[in-house]
Amino acid sequence: MTEVVDTSTVLQVSDLSITFASKRGRVSALEGIDLDVQAGEFITIAGPSGCGKSTLLKAVAGLTAPSGGSVHLRGDPVTGPRQDIGFVFQRAALLEWRNVRGNILLQAEMRGMNMRKAQERTDELIEMTGLSGFERALPHELSGGMQQRVSLCRALLHEPRVLLMDEPFGALDALTRERMNVEFNRIWSQTGTSVLLVTHSVAEAVYLASRVVVMSPRPGRIIEEHVVDLPARRDYAETLESSEFHRVSSRVRELLGSPSDAD
Amino acid sequence: MTVTDQKSGGSPSGSNGRSSVAGGFLRWWLQSWHPIVFLAVVIVLWWLVTAQGWVQPYIIPAPSDTWAAFAENAEYLLQHTWVTTYETLIGFAIAGVAGLLVAVIMVYSKGLEKTFYPVILFAQVIPKIAIAPLFIVWLGFGAAPKILVAVLMAFFPVVISGLAGLRSVDPEILQLVSTMGASRLKVLLKVRLPAALPELLSGLKVAATLAVTGAVVGEFVGANEGLGYVILQANGILDTAMLFAALIIMSVMGVVLFAIIQIAEKFLIPWHASRRDVAAATVRF
Ligand SMILES: Nc1ncnc2c1ncn2[C@@H]1O[C@H](COP(=O)(O)OP(=O)(O)OP(=O)(O)O)[C@@H](O)[C@H]1O
Ligand SMILES: [Mg+2]
Repeated sequence: MTEVVDTSTVLQVSDLSITFASKRGRVSALEGIDLDVQAGEFITIAGPSGCGKSTLLKAVAGLTAPSGGSVHLRGDPVTGPRQDIGFVFQRAALLEWRNVRGNILLQAEMRGMNMRKAQERTDELIEMTGLSGFERALPHELSGGMQQRVSLCRALLHEPRVLLMDEPFGALDALTRERMNVEFNRIWSQTGTSVLLVTHSVAEAVYLASRVVVMSPRPGRIIEEHVVDLPARRDYAETLESSEFHRVSSRVRELLGSPSDAD
Repeated sequence: MTVTDQKSGGSPSGSNGRSSVAGGFLRWWLQSWHPIVFLAVVIVLWWLVTAQGWVQPYIIPAPSDTWAAFAENAEYLLQHTWVTTYETLIGFAIAGVAGLLVAVIMVYSKGLEKTFYPVILFAQVIPKIAIAPLFIVWLGFGAAPKILVAVLMAFFPVVISGLAGLRSVDPEILQLVSTMGASRLKVLLKVRLPAALPELLSGLKVAATLAVTGAVVGEFVGANEGLGYVILQANGILDTAMLFAALIIMSVMGVVLFAIIQIAEKFLIPWHASRRDVAAATVRF
């Protein structure tokens, strides 16, 4: 078929706007969003609270219908919930009655994946995210950061080509967060997954991204995009000292109007 | 990782040397002395009121007379208790299954919800004692009309609690599973039903006690066996001791059914906030 959509373009958001109607009136969450993502790109999205970052991710996943404009994911228009993605919600959204393993394996059970393989992969992911020893703990026995890591494992289990992550490391302490950033950079650079990740940390946004997208306060628009010109696989300390990191992060910080890094 | 087995309940009072039988009894007593002591006080007051002759025996029989009624008519009472138990259990089971089924249907279909809701509400508000004679006309004098009254009594709380439970799922979890491409049946079995359990079990507790009432109401209207029949007979000859004995058995039946569900909760929803040990250790707000 001769499609207009280029195959290396994984995501194409054109003139997307989303308005919520509630009893208290209409809230315009997103306005005129244009965003193209190439296969294997790591996009981080930064913006003030309430500017529509979560809404944007949900629109890409087909969980929230656009009021205007369109979203194309891997060549197809997004019209309903997409299954070729992994989604990490801002709140961990775990099933209270399932333990850590059970929550991760939900992905495999629902998709009817090969359970043997899924269990092996679950073990790997648990090990990787530092959850070893808590396989059988229930969500209410976990800290907020641990819950987020479970939700991350669940999103990675089926090795999706596109990952949508809403502040996946938001509830982690600074050190664990750095570790997860490094680990996640490794995974991404090895798998070529396309990622859209929302974060409030400028350092995280710049360290992880191949491109940083900065949004304005509500109604959310994209005000600037910055390509981070560094190799995909990044050493943490080295990256944070590089001039490219400084160039991008000071610009992003400026746009967000904060005098110093908030994390 | 140094974390070993930190699962399985985590009650702070482990086994610490004391003989486990005595320790077990002590723990049981510490947990359940409140109602036991209260019951003892009630019986003492009951005895006092009757022994002092403040009320006539045909109004309130003495505890000893009531006990005698139990002892002397043990076989008779047992036989009728069995009839009522049977009607109650079958009624409760039917109401439980049918109620949950209707709740599931109502959750998945807005149209059927609108259709069923008024009918269910109508069936609920009709006084069962008024409709029971009709059931006798329809179904005869056997167990069927009693079971039907028990079902009607127990059905409503099951539907209402089932509906509330099935709807209590976090919308983001439903969004999550919609990205997993699971069938509705899978979502129902693995997400909605487990999430509904806490509410549903609360409803079943109410339903269990109502099923007992339903069976006895059915027996009042026309029966030659069951505790309702025993009560009517005893009332006819002003045998208050026997009447009390039957009443006590009925109450115990309701309480036992209730307790069975309470115990089932422990195994079915150990994860729920209402069953966590910390809840007891936390300050009450
Ligand atoms: N389901 C909804 N119904 C009504 N309004 C909504 C809904 N979801 C989001 N909004 C509104 O849309 C706007 C954007 O919300 P969104 O959650 O996308 O913000 P955000 O950028 O993710 O914020 P944060 O950084 O705090 O997570 C907010 O003003 C919010 O009130
Ligand atoms: Mg958000």
